[in-house]
Amino acid sequence: MSATEAKTAYVGAPVKRREDEPLLTGRGTYVDNMTPVGTVFMAVVRSPFAHARVTSIDLTAAKAADGVVAAFSAADLRDDWKAAMPCAWPVTEEMKNPPHYPLTEVARYQGDGVAVVIAESRAQAKDAAELVDVDWEPLDAIADVSKALADGVPLVHPDLGSNECYVWRLDTDATGEKLEDADVVVSRHYYQPRLIPNAIEPRAVLALPGAAGDVTLYSTTQIPHILRVLVAATLGLHEAKVRVVAPDVGGGFGSKLDVYAEELLALALCRRLGRPVKWVEERSENYVATIHGRDFVTEYTLAARKDGTITHCRARVTAAMGAYLQLVTPGIPLLGAWIYSGPYAIPNYSVEFTGVFTNTTPTDAYRGAGRPEATYVIERTMNDLADELGMDRLELRRKNFISEFPFTLASGLTIDSGDYHASLDKLLEVLDLDGLRAEQETRRENGVAKQLGVGFSTYNEMCGLAPSRILGAIRYAAGGWDQATIRVHPTGSIQVVTGTSPHGQGHETAWSQIVADQLGCEIGEVEVLHGDTAVSSIGMDSYGSRSLPVGGVALCYAADKIIDKARELAAHELEVSPDDLEYADGSFTVKGSPDKERTIKALAFTAWSAHNLPDGMEPGLEATAVYDPPNFSWPAGAHAAVVEVDTETGDARLVRYVAVDDVGTVVNPLIVDGQVHGGITQGISTALYEEGTYDEEGNLQSANLVTYLVPSAAELPSFELERTESKSPTNPLGVKGVGETGTIASAPAVIGAVIDAVSHLGVKDIQMPATPERVWRAIQEAKS
Amino acid sequence: VIPARFDYDVAESVEHAVELLGAGGGDTKLLAGGQSLIPALKLRIARPAKLADLGRLTDLAYVKDGGTHVAIGAMTRHATVAADALLDEHCPIVSYTAAQIGDPQVRHRGTIGGTLSHGDPASDMPAVVLALGADLVARGKGGERVIPATEFFTGVFETALEPDEVLVEVRVPKLGASTGWAYAKAHRRRQDWATVGVAALVHRDNGSVAGASIGLVNMGGTPLRAKAAEDAIAGGASVADAAAAVTEGAEPPSDLSGSSEYRAHLARVMARRALEQAMG
Repeated sequence: MSATEAKTAYVGAPVKRREDEPLLTGRGTYVDNMTPVGTVFMAVVRSPFAHARVTSIDLTAAKAADGVVAAFSAADLRDDWKAAMPCAWPVTEEMKNPPHYPLTEVARYQGDGVAVVIAESRAQAKDAAELVDVDWEPLDAIADVSKALADGVPLVHPDLGSNECYVWRLDTDATGEKLEDADVVVSRHYYQPRLIPNAIEPRAVLALPGAAGDVTLYSTTQIPHILRVLVAATLGLHEAKVRVVAPDVGGGFGSKLDVYAEELLALALCRRLGRPVKWVEERSENYVATIHGRDFVTEYTLAARKDGTITHCRARVTAAMGAYLQLVTPGIPLLGAWIYSGPYAIPNYSVEFTGVFTNTTPTDAYRGAGRPEATYVIERTMNDLADELGMDRLELRRKNFISEFPFTLASGLTIDSGDYHASLDKLLEVLDLDGLRAEQETRRENGVAKQLGVGFSTYNEMCGLAPSRILGAIRYAAGGWDQATIRVHPTGSIQVVTGTSPHGQGHETAWSQIVADQLGCEIGEVEVLHGDTAVSSIGMDSYGSRSLPVGGVALCYAADKIIDKARELAAHELEVSPDDLEYADGSFTVKGSPDKERTIKALAFTAWSAHNLPDGMEPGLEATAVYDPPNFSWPAGAHAAVVEVDTETGDARLVRYVAVDDVGTVVNPLIVDGQVHGGITQGISTALYEEGTYDEEGNLQSANLVTYLVPSAAELPSFELERTESKSPTNPLGVKGVGETGTIASAPAVIGAVIDAVSHLGVKDIQMPATPERVWRAIQEAKS
Repeated sequence: VIPARFDYDVAESVEHAVELLGAGGGDTKLLAGGQSLIPALKLRIARPAKLADLGRLTDLAYVKDGGTHVAIGAMTRHATVAADALLDEHCPIVSYTAAQIGDPQVRHRGTIGGTLSHGDPASDMPAVVLALGADLVARGKGGERVIPATEFFTGVFETALEPDEVLVEVRVPKLGASTGWAYAKAHRRRQDWATVGVAALVHRDNGSVAGASIGLVNMGGTPLRAKAAEDAIAGGASVADAAAAVTEGAEPPSDLSGSSEYRAHLARVMARRALEQAMG
């Protein structure tokens, strides 16, 4: 029996998160909890304009203020940067990437940094930052993604002659039929509102100068390993001199998957000043200085035969990059590029993305990254195609579902497993659609103000980033593998070092479950270390629903190596052939003589004492595995939203939300439920509440939690969660990613329900978010 | 997150608070519950030279029977107002509305005196005291004076309080069985300010509707009385017709929660619903 077939005890069990008690009782260690002796504090002076040239900058008054240690302009620090700020995903050879640095002399978005002030306290730094005297020459700005390529608009980077960053295409033509010749063609325009991530812990940085030219960077990051490589390159340091630590990190959703100006500034300044430098983002600063998400304009087209067989899909997307390219900004649309056919077998496929610069905060990865944008336009258009065909909306979906796996998509990737009908069947079991339709009919007949609507989303997605060879083929700079090290201590307890970097996901708990099952120990005997490059030397960190299907799988392979070595040792001690041993639950027994036994715990001591090892065997019981996934991970499911719309006020309220997800093997149902809850909420929020808006001049209007509506529990019903399970054949655990499914699935279900609630009034389209005013206006327009 | 520098004093009595206000020459702000002021300080929108903290004036936290009215001390927290039995019996629109303000944290720190003195046209309680025709009691150097609610709200974040006056008490009339009431609030999230709010009181005489008082939230630079709609009700108009007149004289703002046009529509819907509910 191999390790991967060991009996499961912990995997699948709702083990409570071991992370929670210290975090909930205030004993976590966040960056801002650390203030070494001698720490100075940094404040960044930011542009109030979306586009403006600094004609002069006077730091005299700031430098003279109480407690101020130093102040620097962009020019003062120019020589500190050995490279421009990094973009790891040049999606085409021709892509434009004008170099940008942690401070600038031409602000290209509201919030772009132009100077820093360092003081003995955070308050003194903030006060002195107000005293930096900047003369601005305001320039014309463009904030609207839909106008960025129009003639005569202001240019974010005038040297480029255009706001175009790149054009990327993927076309296949399997059947040779033209889209235009299809029986039915439905084409729609959509806007994905700009979203502003609000992790509960804002960003924070603490940079410590070491005694030997080394530096340590504590950062609220999702990517300590990648960050280490890139800050070393940007500052011209040897990687060996840079240690990056992600201590407890309070959420990220992709917004902490980046290399930020403040990280580089704090590192440069700690070296200049010889003192620890700390910066903690203010919440309103978070609105301008941390990356945004989405801001896509899409034209999406489906073509079908009269019988409902879909023959073509086509997406034409204009995606806002913001003012500069951050770490993976240009690649975000590509994360959805292969799945614009959704869970449907569509033979002809065409996707074109145009990345454009705007005078706005740079965009980058935000939960779902490229895939919610795809699912939304597919599922909305599926509804309209069904209506156009006169078919039931779910019947159209079923007719086109991919139903045999593995299935190679027209876009070229292969889905390893799934059962899309099963998820939809289960959804309908729970939903009581007939009852809802009857209730809807009654309300319509009675003409009451509050009307009911039901919306669906049948989705799939690709995550678990990612096979390194594919990443290379699509011009991403790094690989997609991850590593795990397992050490069995002499006394038998187990240390796991992972290359993933949890920031709220519960890896310590889930990884312990996996390892405890593999090595037959108690979960409490496993410690999990992460998030410090001095402890976990290599890894690819946490984003893109990759931690479990990549880093978690690496644990299995490391455990296999431990078992293999322990088997040799046991055979040596018992004087039998390794093949004569059976392994189960952390123990080897001789076939036919079950009293002859060696446990892994005992063997760990033997390996450590090294008194009696087979010839050539190294002491110690430790193994590292680096796992490069052969395929992406392919979760899928079926969601439904039930919404009540006040037709007089336009107010839409969610009354039920049912989600059926297939994420393969569930390691910990509590954690999976938590991920699904949070994910769904973020999609609902996109559909009904959140919208980052700029005015014509590029001033951010939704600049705080009062005007940018993050919903609370009071706005949401209790979700009804169900699962189906088709194990991934790609990895020994059978797992798939779950971190983004809810966000990818939920927005079209909710908007579909809002439109359904008022469709009898003639409403066919409402753009996101469906604010009361938008819904009211849609009803008014339909009436007139 | 970090306010600009300010000095801080604790008011030991109302008289002391008045003295601190006078000494500050208009640059001292009173800190009551702090639910509006502290965020404004943190955003550096407000930069007073000094805060005079009223937090120790616990003798201003009360709800008392005043005969024909109920007297509410200015430092009474919204949560206390919301749960008060005397108000629930005699002027339930006040306790109901207090429970609609912000979220539980806000209601446990914010005070009725604070929200009225702040003069935010988007706050719930000002329109309610306006509709009620409440009296607001202020104390200054010259002693105490009573300001009718109808004269209290003078502009955006402006009130009739003199720079060295402290609001000490709110007197809300006891509503008899002949008065119906409703407060209808349209808002996006539970804790948000009203996009539009409508406070309605319907007075009956021998069982038939004799008149109405209607207060509007976030429909102009101050909380407003909807005089035209009130007159329509008094003149025997239908609820629908009266509600249609509710925006007369209003200048609803346009912001991310809604355009002026939408707010006007919303006010008519909420007024109709509030009046229908108040008529029972």
